[in-house]
Amino acid sequence: MIKCGVVVFPGSNCDHDAYHVSKHVMDFETVFLWHKDEDLKGCDFIIIPGGFSYGDYLRCGAIASFSPIMKSIKKFANDGGLVLGICNGFQILLESGLLTGSLLRNKNLKFICKFVDIRVENTDTPFTNSCTKKVLRIPIAHHDGCYFIDKDGLRKLEENGQVLFRYSSSRGEVDREFNPNGSLNNIAGITNKEGNVLGMMPHPERASETVLGSFDGKMIFKSVLNFLEKKIKE
Amino acid sequence: MIAKVYVNFKKTILDPQGRTIRKTLESLGYKDVLEVRQGKVFTLKFKDNLPKEKVEEMVKKLGKDVLSNPVIEDFEYEVVE
Amino acid sequence: MKDIKITKEIIEQHGLSEDEYKRIVEILGREPNITELGIYSVMWSEHCSYKSSKIYLKKLPTEGKQVIQGPGENAGVVDIGFNKAVVFKIESHNHPSFIEPYQGAATGVGGIVRDIFTMGARPIALMNSLRFGLLSDKDNVRIMEGVVSGIAGYGNCLGIPDVGGEVFFDSSYSKNPLVNAFCLGIADKENIFYGKASGVGNPIIYVGSKTGKDGIHGATMASSEFDEKSEEKRPNVQVGDPFMEKLLLEACLEAFKTGYIIGIQDMGAAGLTCSSCEMGSRGNTGVMIDLDKVPLREEGMTPYEIMLSESQERMLLTVLKGKEKEIIDIFKKWDLEACVIGEVTDDGNLTVMMGSDLVAKIPNKSLTDDCPIYERPLKKPENIEKLSDFNQDELPIPGDLNVVFFDMITSPLHASRRWVYEQYDHMVRTNTVVLPGSDAAVLRVKELPILLSMSLDGNGKYCYFNPKVGGKIAVAESCRNIVCSGGKPIAATNCLNFGSPENPDVMWYFSEVIDGIKEGCEMFGTPITGGNVSFYNETMGKGILPTPVIGMVGVIKDIAFVTTSGFKDFGDMIVLLGKNKGHIGASDYLELVFGIKKGPVPEIDLKEEFNLQGGLYEMITEGLIKSAHDISEGGLAVALAESCFTSFFEDMGVYIELPDDLREDFTLFGEDQSRVIISIDKDDFEKVKHIAEKWNIPQMSLGFTAKGKFEVKVGNHLFLYNDPRFLRNIWESALSEYFK
Repeated sequence: MIKCGVVVFPGSNCDHDAYHVSKHVMDFETVFLWHKDEDLKGCDFIIIPGGFSYGDYLRCGAIASFSPIMKSIKKFANDGGLVLGICNGFQILLESGLLTGSLLRNKNLKFICKFVDIRVENTDTPFTNSCTKKVLRIPIAHHDGCYFIDKDGLRKLEENGQVLFRYSSSRGEVDREFNPNGSLNNIAGITNKEGNVLGMMPHPERASETVLGSFDGKMIFKSVLNFLEKKIKE
Repeated sequence: MIAKVYVNFKKTILDPQGRTIRKTLESLGYKDVLEVRQGKVFTLKFKDNLPKEKVEEMVKKLGKDVLSNPVIEDFEYEVVE
Repeated sequence: MKDIKITKEIIEQHGLSEDEYKRIVEILGREPNITELGIYSVMWSEHCSYKSSKIYLKKLPTEGKQVIQGPGENAGVVDIGFNKAVVFKIESHNHPSFIEPYQGAATGVGGIVRDIFTMGARPIALMNSLRFGLLSDKDNVRIMEGVVSGIAGYGNCLGIPDVGGEVFFDSSYSKNPLVNAFCLGIADKENIFYGKASGVGNPIIYVGSKTGKDGIHGATMASSEFDEKSEEKRPNVQVGDPFMEKLLLEACLEAFKTGYIIGIQDMGAAGLTCSSCEMGSRGNTGVMIDLDKVPLREEGMTPYEIMLSESQERMLLTVLKGKEKEIIDIFKKWDLEACVIGEVTDDGNLTVMMGSDLVAKIPNKSLTDDCPIYERPLKKPENIEKLSDFNQDELPIPGDLNVVFFDMITSPLHASRRWVYEQYDHMVRTNTVVLPGSDAAVLRVKELPILLSMSLDGNGKYCYFNPKVGGKIAVAESCRNIVCSGGKPIAATNCLNFGSPENPDVMWYFSEVIDGIKEGCEMFGTPITGGNVSFYNETMGKGILPTPVIGMVGVIKDIAFVTTSGFKDFGDMIVLLGKNKGHIGASDYLELVFGIKKGPVPEIDLKEEFNLQGGLYEMITEGLIKSAHDISEGGLAVALAESCFTSFFEDMGVYIELPDDLREDFTLFGEDQSRVIISIDKDDFEKVKHIAEKWNIPQMSLGFTAKGKFEVKVGNHLFLYNDPRFLRNIWESALSEYFK
């Protein structure tokens, strides 16, 4: 059975949502991981959930990246463990250096909460291997989601195929018109070079049940299940 | 001419960000830091050849009316040649 | 400080009348010192004592078998079955939001959320009812922008979804915006906590932010009119810290599970004073606190300042003796300060020490119960009939109703609220089944088979012309919205926003509105379980429209009953339930198109309304209804448009043929009550008709939903015609244009 850990920082507020999907929708064995601990409790998959860790004070995700649990997560990720950072979790992954780039204030300077469409750029990854649709309908909810990286960094991301999701139309057209926050190249989610760490602004845990209007997000969790099951068999 | 305007919460107003940052510094071993107040710095570049008094006057006014929120914030400024 | 002599001026500055001061001297048997005077002044202020409204509020129905806790506590508690209860309340933060829109609105959210979780409930939803002056005035744009981002900044950080509400505009709200915040939480029925100090010797624990000189005299500020001097009162505004509140919320919910908490109260308005004496009063005990033990943010604070500070994000707890450490450890785990500052005593007094000095000693009950209650003079305003001397038949018919319609849907009154609600995280906690924009918000409750439905409603303009009818309509409409979403209303909370109670006209309005709300609540079986009165909403002598806001909560028994306002499929039949009477008085059409603000208001027959809701509910539970939408401000045409615009399909439109028994503009924009538009499969029409007849509801088929066209005929003439996609785009972006 897959064991999933959901990290809890002071100010995390999507921790219960991630836990709910992991445990009750996906049937993973699921535990909360407290930020002051270093023990990952033998988890196969770590979710850094959304929210306002430390109130987003200083910089989004900055203070959380100093916490004891992040030391262990860095080691886990460097050993090939699967880590998914959602929204504030994405910001924490950037601040802790597991991913490259930075997230700036949305171009309209306002918090934005709405459903968006994102195009899946690569289905040969631990997070997208079960995406049967090219475009996923998943909500965003953030104030600082405008992805930025220097030219050189952007070129590398693109060359290595590290851009996993882009904001698009429902038919998959990538254009400025469909970019909600001003992200470079409409970037909604990126992985590390090895592909085992994913950071994304949209919230797949909010789109994993029919009653919530979309279950496209569930494909991401299914992909993780599929990947880990294969790995265990090997 | 360049002017710098520093905007900060008034002394009597709680600065939640500063407080949280101080706690973090403490937990990272910087135990000698007593207080952190987080503010904003605005760097304003002016047209050439303006008299310094005029710039100062302007900065005073825009600092009060625009850059700071007098309900909760104070500001200081300096005019750099 | 203790030696300050109490003069007439000081008494006046504290907002106490001569008689009130005499009463204080009588109670104490001596002159109060300055700290005691400060304590009385905040507890006896309108905001805390309800001294002008109490005798009227008593008239409201507050009981029912579903009610676990009515008014008088931090929030109302209502049984929803399955051993669960909902805890909810609405509260105003009008004055602070005018002075500093962002922080005022933010701390308003903070306050109402604390009221909910102190009862032992996990807050799961926020809503707000907002009113601003016209957006043609830049200052109102600034205030609205600040208020919306303040609500967003605080609520989003807490991770409580803001699932809807209402926004209104009227010139009377310039310089006096209304910011009413509603919060709802879920608790175990067996584990409700109250603001009570009991068990002599039990320790009193202080938790949360340190005490600073914030908002000293905020509660008295909220009880006096604004004048130009308010500018000087500015530093009274507090800065909210949502992160601290989130920690408090999680820590308190964890602490409740220990079973060691006897009582808990938020330090809101009037801070430490209010929380300590109210807990003692409810517990019939005394409370002793030592100010030397209170964590302070600033040096050299006087007892007066400590007692009256309104620093945010603080709580007071009564804990079982011997279990202090267990509780303090939980707060420490969450990086919060917690310390014992006093204990429960048996003498009924609020005893305030500063080290070994006694700084105040006052009987608790005298603070909470002995404030003079006023039966303020009331007088029916002389001009009130004149406000409604208007004959709608004398109105000219506008040349092009298609243009008029366009102006209606793009007016801030009716344009989409998307610009507002997209700034709120309305999906966090993954319970939001119906997103903002429909008639009512619908939330699932994980692990329960039922869902919750919530709606906020009020119409100040209606109340201005006829307060009693306006009060009835507010209740009827909020219930109608719940039923349109597939639910049954169970209970309500109210926020009553009025001008100065010292003005007899205002008190007459207040009294009439209460009578209207009472009649409405009795008809629908929805007791009022709490709420808030906000008086003195006046700036330089000019009062706001009398504005009651009803927050209605309902239960949806089955997910299959959940219904939304948007049309579902092309070719569905559109049916009107209720009767078009073409009432134009007090309508938005009259105001927007003719610039006339006159009554009379539309009449409402509560029995008719009851039948409408009963019949609609039966249709929904029989599975006949695809969409349901209440017809309110803007009339039938605006309601039809909204059902198109909230459809999943961008090109959803209608083809409608209306009878020409009334003038075409009256037919399209009249604001009659007790009407709903539904869409159904046309094969179900006979069944719908049958149920409507059974409930005595007039019904009429209006036409069909259509792809790519929006066409409305009255008689043989096509009055409204446009591309629905174009209309929708304009409608969705119209409000945001003001903020560019």
